[in-house]
Amino acid sequence: MQAKALVEQFGLTVAAGEGGLERLVKGGYCGDLLSEVMANAPIGCAWLTIQVHQNIVAVAVLREMAAIIIAGGNTPDEGTRTRADQEGIPVLLTELDSFSMAGKLFKAGVVNEPG
Amino acid sequence: MPPLKKCFHIKGRDFIHAGQAAITVQKLLRQMGIAQSLIRRIAICGYEGEMNVVMHGGDGLFCVEIDADRISLEISDDGPGIEDIARAMERGFSTALEEYQEMGFGAGMGLPNMENHSDELHIESAPGKGTTVRMLFHSPETGDSQED
Ligand SMILES: Nc1ncnc2c1ncn2[C@@H]1O[C@H](COP(=O)(O)OP(=O)(O)OP(=O)(O)O)[C@@H](O)[C@H]1O
Ligand SMILES: [Mg+2]
Repeated sequence: MQAKALVEQFGLTVAAGEGGLERLVKGGYCGDLLSEVMANAPIGCAWLTIQVHQNIVAVAVLREMAAIIIAGGNTPDEGTRTRADQEGIPVLLTELDSFSMAGKLFKAGVVNEPG
Repeated sequence: MPPLKKCFHIKGRDFIHAGQAAITVQKLLRQMGIAQSLIRRIAICGYEGEMNVVMHGGDGLFCVEIDADRISLEISDDGPGIEDIARAMERGFSTALEEYQEMGFGAGMGLPNMENHSDELHIESAPGKGTTVRMLFHSPETGDSQED
Protein backbone atom coordinates (compact mmCIF):
# COMPACT_ATOMS: atom_id res chain seq x y z
CA MET A 1 0.00 0.00 0.00
CA GLN A 2 1.29 3.47 -0.84
CA ALA A 3 1.38 6.28 1.70
CA LYS A 4 -1.22 8.15 -0.32
CA ALA A 5 -3.65 5.25 0.07
CA LEU A 6 -3.42 5.74 3.84
CA VAL A 7 -4.24 9.40 3.37
CA GLU A 8 -7.33 8.59 1.31
CA GLN A 9 -8.52 5.67 3.37
CA PHE A 10 -8.17 7.31 6.77
CA GLY A 11 -8.67 10.95 5.91
CA LEU A 12 -5.21 11.95 7.12
CA THR A 13 -4.00 15.51 6.64
CA VAL A 14 -0.84 15.84 4.55
CA ALA A 15 1.25 18.41 6.43
CA ALA A 16 4.42 18.00 4.37
CA GLY A 17 6.48 15.75 2.16
CA GLU A 18 3.89 15.37 -0.58
CA GLY A 19 6.63 14.31 -2.97
CA GLY A 20 6.97 11.05 -1.06
CA LEU A 21 3.34 9.93 -1.11
CA GLU A 22 4.08 7.08 -3.48
CA ARG A 23 6.40 5.43 -0.96
CA LEU A 24 5.38 1.89 -0.11
CA VAL A 25 4.24 1.26 3.45
CA LYS A 26 5.72 -2.08 4.48
CA GLY A 27 4.78 -2.08 8.14
CA GLY A 28 4.06 0.13 11.09
CA TYR A 29 5.66 1.28 14.30
CA CYS A 30 4.60 3.27 17.36
CA GLY A 31 7.19 5.09 19.44
CA ASP A 32 8.18 8.43 20.89
CA LEU A 33 11.71 7.66 22.12
CA LEU A 34 13.92 8.32 19.14
CA SER A 35 16.76 5.92 19.89
CA GLU A 36 14.27 3.17 20.57
CA VAL A 37 12.53 3.86 17.26
CA MET A 38 15.86 4.01 15.43
CA ALA A 39 16.73 0.55 16.75
CA ASN A 40 13.41 -1.19 16.32
CA ALA A 41 11.22 0.40 13.66
CA PRO A 42 10.97 -1.76 10.55
CA ILE A 43 12.40 -0.43 7.28
CA GLY A 44 9.67 1.09 5.12
CA CYS A 45 7.24 1.54 8.01
CA ALA A 46 4.66 4.18 8.72
CA TRP A 47 5.77 5.62 12.06
CA LEU A 48 3.19 6.77 14.55
CA THR A 49 4.47 9.30 17.04
CA ILE A 50 3.53 12.35 19.05
CA GLN A 51 6.93 13.99 18.53
CA VAL A 52 6.73 17.04 16.27
CA HIS A 53 10.26 18.50 16.07
CA GLN A 54 12.46 18.22 13.03
CA ASN A 55 14.71 15.45 14.27
CA ILE A 56 11.86 13.02 13.51
CA VAL A 57 12.56 13.60 9.82
CA ALA A 58 16.19 12.58 10.29
CA VAL A 59 15.05 9.38 12.00
CA ALA A 60 12.60 8.66 9.19
CA VAL A 61 15.22 9.23 6.48
CA LEU A 62 17.88 7.15 8.21
CA ARG A 63 15.47 4.31 8.94
CA GLU A 64 14.14 4.50 5.35
CA MET A 65 10.57 4.99 6.50
CA ALA A 66 7.56 5.40 4.21
CA ALA A 67 5.81 8.07 6.27
CA ILE A 68 5.50 9.75 9.65
CA ILE A 69 2.02 9.86 11.14
CA ILE A 70 1.75 12.43 13.92
CA ALA A 71 -0.99 11.24 16.23
CA GLY A 72 -3.19 12.79 18.86
CA GLY A 73 -3.96 15.98 16.98
CA ASN A 74 -0.39 17.25 17.35
CA THR A 75 1.03 19.45 14.63
CA PRO A 76 4.58 19.48 13.25
CA ASP A 77 6.95 22.38 13.77
CA GLU A 78 7.58 24.53 10.74
CA GLY A 79 11.15 23.23 10.49
CA THR A 80 9.81 19.69 10.46
CA ARG A 81 7.68 20.49 7.45
CA THR A 82 10.51 22.17 5.59
CA ARG A 83 12.87 19.28 6.19
CA ALA A 84 10.22 16.70 5.30
CA ASP A 85 9.56 18.51 2.03
CA GLN A 86 13.28 18.49 1.24
CA GLU A 87 13.61 14.78 1.98
CA GLY A 88 10.27 13.70 0.51
CA ILE A 89 9.06 12.12 3.73
CA PRO A 90 5.26 12.40 4.04
CA VAL A 91 4.17 13.88 7.37
CA LEU A 92 0.57 12.89 7.94
CA LEU A 93 -1.69 14.05 10.74
CA THR A 94 -4.49 12.35 12.62
CA GLU A 95 -6.66 13.35 15.55
CA LEU A 96 -6.63 9.73 16.71
CA ASP A 97 -4.20 8.54 19.37
CA SER A 98 -1.39 6.23 18.26
CA PHE A 99 -3.13 3.07 19.47
CA SER A 100 -6.36 3.79 17.63
CA MET A 101 -4.55 4.75 14.43
CA ALA A 102 -2.38 1.65 14.64
CA GLY A 103 -5.51 -0.46 14.99
CA LYS A 104 -6.91 0.99 11.81
CA LEU A 105 -3.69 0.37 9.91
CA PHE A 106 -3.53 -3.18 11.15
CA LYS A 107 -7.12 -3.82 10.10
CA ALA A 108 -6.31 -2.43 6.66
CA GLY A 109 -3.57 -5.04 6.28
CA VAL A 110 -0.49 -3.10 7.35
CA VAL A 111 1.45 -5.68 9.33
CA ASN A 112 5.10 -6.25 10.14
CA GLU A 113 6.99 -9.12 8.63
CA PRO A 114 8.33 -11.39 11.33
CA GLY A 115 12.06 -11.05 12.08
CA MET B 1 39.07 1.22 -4.49
CA PRO B 2 41.27 3.94 -2.94
CA PRO B 3 40.27 4.89 0.61
CA LEU B 4 37.93 7.83 0.85
CA LYS B 5 37.59 10.07 3.89
CA LYS B 6 35.01 12.76 4.48
CA CYS B 7 34.38 14.90 7.54
CA PHE B 8 31.48 17.06 8.59
CA HIS B 9 31.21 19.61 11.39
CA ILE B 10 28.59 19.09 14.08
CA LYS B 11 27.37 21.98 16.17
CA GLY B 12 26.48 21.37 19.80
CA ARG B 13 22.81 22.06 20.73
CA ASP B 14 21.92 22.57 17.09
CA PHE B 15 18.85 20.34 16.89
CA ILE B 16 17.88 21.92 13.58
CA HIS B 17 20.72 20.31 11.66
CA ALA B 18 21.18 17.31 13.94
CA GLY B 19 21.23 14.14 11.90
CA GLN B 20 22.41 15.82 8.73
CA ALA B 21 25.92 14.36 8.81
CA ALA B 22 24.52 10.84 9.17
CA ILE B 23 22.07 11.45 6.33
CA THR B 24 24.81 12.80 4.05
CA VAL B 25 26.91 9.71 4.77
CA GLN B 26 23.93 7.44 4.11
CA LYS B 27 23.50 9.04 0.68
CA LEU B 28 27.20 8.83 -0.08
CA LEU B 29 27.35 5.13 0.79
CA ARG B 30 24.33 4.49 -1.42
CA GLN B 31 25.98 6.26 -4.35
CA MET B 32 29.03 4.09 -3.81
CA GLY B 33 26.95 0.94 -4.00
CA ILE B 34 27.71 -0.19 -0.46
CA ALA B 35 25.55 -3.09 0.71
CA GLN B 36 22.17 -2.01 2.01
CA SER B 37 22.42 -4.03 5.21
CA LEU B 38 25.69 -2.29 6.02
CA ILE B 39 24.31 1.15 5.20
CA ARG B 40 21.45 0.49 7.62
CA ARG B 41 23.81 -0.36 10.47
CA ILE B 42 25.93 2.68 9.75
CA ALA B 43 22.81 4.86 9.64
CA ILE B 44 21.87 3.81 13.18
CA CYS B 45 25.40 4.24 14.54
CA GLY B 46 25.96 7.53 12.78
CA TYR B 47 22.68 8.95 14.00
CA GLU B 48 23.32 8.00 17.62
CA GLY B 49 26.87 9.27 17.56
CA GLU B 50 25.85 12.56 15.99
CA MET B 51 22.97 13.08 18.42
CA ASN B 52 25.24 12.45 21.39
CA VAL B 53 27.56 15.20 20.25
CA VAL B 54 24.63 17.58 19.72
CA MET B 55 22.98 16.76 23.04
CA HIS B 56 25.83 15.96 25.45
CA GLY B 57 29.03 16.99 23.71
CA GLY B 58 29.66 20.30 22.11
CA ASP B 59 31.06 21.16 18.76
CA GLY B 60 32.40 18.16 17.00
CA LEU B 61 33.57 16.41 13.89
CA PHE B 62 31.93 13.46 12.14
CA CYS B 63 34.27 11.53 9.85
CA VAL B 64 33.64 8.53 7.68
CA GLU B 65 36.43 6.55 6.09
CA ILE B 66 35.68 3.99 3.43
CA ASP B 67 38.23 1.31 2.63
CA ALA B 68 37.88 -1.78 0.49
CA ASP B 69 37.46 -4.08 3.47
CA ARG B 70 35.99 -1.79 6.11
CA ILE B 71 34.23 1.44 6.89
CA SER B 72 34.92 3.50 9.98
CA LEU B 73 33.09 6.31 11.70
CA GLU B 74 35.00 8.62 13.99
CA ILE B 75 32.86 11.08 15.90
CA SER B 76 34.63 13.44 18.25
CA ASP B 77 33.69 16.48 20.27
CA ASP B 78 35.28 18.98 22.61
CA GLY B 79 32.48 18.73 25.18
CA PRO B 80 32.52 17.78 28.86
CA GLY B 81 33.56 14.18 28.30
CA ILE B 82 32.18 11.04 29.95
CA GLU B 83 32.94 10.40 33.60
CA ASP B 84 32.23 6.66 33.69
CA ILE B 85 32.25 5.03 30.28
CA ALA B 86 31.08 1.61 31.53
CA ARG B 87 28.09 3.25 33.17
CA ALA B 88 27.33 5.31 30.05
CA MET B 89 27.24 2.06 28.05
CA GLU B 90 24.45 0.63 30.21
CA ARG B 91 21.11 0.49 28.49
CA GLY B 92 18.85 3.07 30.12
CA PHE B 93 21.59 5.23 31.60
CA SER B 94 21.19 8.85 30.57
CA THR B 95 22.05 12.30 31.82
CA ALA B 96 19.80 14.00 29.26
CA LEU B 97 18.11 17.14 30.56
CA GLU B 98 14.36 17.10 30.98
CA GLU B 99 13.81 19.38 27.99
CA TYR B 100 15.54 16.82 25.79
CA GLN B 101 13.66 13.94 27.35
CA GLU B 102 10.44 15.65 26.35
CA MET B 103 11.71 15.62 22.77
CA GLY B 104 12.14 11.86 22.94
CA PHE B 105 15.86 11.78 23.64
CA GLY B 106 17.47 10.28 26.71
CA ALA B 107 16.28 6.68 26.56
CA GLY B 108 19.87 5.70 27.26
CA MET B 109 19.88 3.56 24.15
CA GLY B 110 22.24 5.42 21.87
CA LEU B 111 25.51 3.83 22.98
CA PRO B 112 23.94 0.34 23.26
CA ASN B 113 22.60 0.79 19.72
CA MET B 114 26.09 1.71 18.52
CA GLU B 115 27.56 -1.32 20.25
CA ASN B 116 24.95 -3.65 18.77
CA HIS B 117 25.25 -2.41 15.22
CA SER B 118 28.99 -1.90 14.82
CA ASP B 119 31.66 -4.58 14.68
CA GLU B 120 33.92 -2.62 17.00
CA LEU B 121 33.23 0.33 19.26
CA HIS B 122 36.00 2.30 20.93
CA ILE B 123 35.37 5.25 23.20
CA GLU B 124 38.03 7.63 24.44
CA SER B 125 36.83 10.17 26.91
CA ALA B 126 37.64 11.86 30.18
CA PRO B 127 36.02 14.71 32.08
CA GLY B 128 37.07 18.00 30.54
CA LYS B 129 38.83 16.26 27.67
CA GLY B 130 36.02 15.72 25.19
CA THR B 131 34.94 12.44 23.64
CA THR B 132 35.99 10.41 20.63
CA VAL B 133 33.86 7.49 19.50
CA ARG B 134 35.26 5.24 16.82
CA MET B 135 33.19 2.53 15.18
CA LEU B 136 34.38 -0.05 12.70
CA PHE B 137 32.30 -1.98 10.22
CA HIS B 138 33.87 -4.88 8.42
CA SER B 139 32.42 -5.09 4.97
CA PRO B 140 32.29 -8.58 3.56
CA GLU B 141 28.79 -7.68 2.47
CA THR B 142 29.63 -6.13 -0.88
CA GLY B 143 27.55 -7.09 -3.85
CA ASP B 144 24.15 -7.31 -2.16
CA SER B 145 23.29 -3.68 -2.76
CA GLN B 146 20.26 -4.71 -4.78
CA GLU B 147 18.64 -6.71 -1.99
CA ASP B 148 15.72 -5.27 -0.07
N1 LIG C 1 29.71 12.81 23.34
C1 LIG C 1 29.37 12.74 24.63
N2 LIG C 1 29.81 13.68 25.50
C2 LIG C 1 29.49 13.61 26.84
N3 LIG C 1 28.70 12.64 27.36
C3 LIG C 1 28.23 11.69 26.53
C4 LIG C 1 28.53 11.69 25.13
N4 LIG C 1 27.95 10.61 24.58
C5 LIG C 1 27.30 9.99 25.58
N5 LIG C 1 27.46 10.62 26.76
C6 LIG C 1 26.94 10.20 28.08
O1 LIG C 1 26.53 8.85 28.02
C7 LIG C 1 25.15 8.74 28.36
C8 LIG C 1 24.52 7.61 27.58
O2 LIG C 1 24.51 7.89 26.18
P1 LIG C 1 23.41 7.18 25.26
O3 LIG C 1 23.57 7.67 23.88
O4 LIG C 1 23.48 5.71 25.47
O5 LIG C 1 22.03 7.68 25.88
P2 LIG C 1 21.36 9.14 25.77
O6 LIG C 1 22.04 9.93 24.73
O7 LIG C 1 21.32 9.72 27.14
O8 LIG C 1 19.88 8.78 25.33
P3 LIG C 1 19.42 8.32 23.85
O9 LIG C 1 20.66 8.08 23.05
O10 LIG C 1 18.63 7.08 24.06
O11 LIG C 1 18.62 9.46 23.32
C9 LIG C 1 24.57 10.10 28.06
O12 LIG C 1 23.36 10.37 28.75
C10 LIG C 1 25.73 11.00 28.50
O13 LIG C 1 25.75 11.13 29.90
MG1 LIG D 1 22.36 9.14 22.86
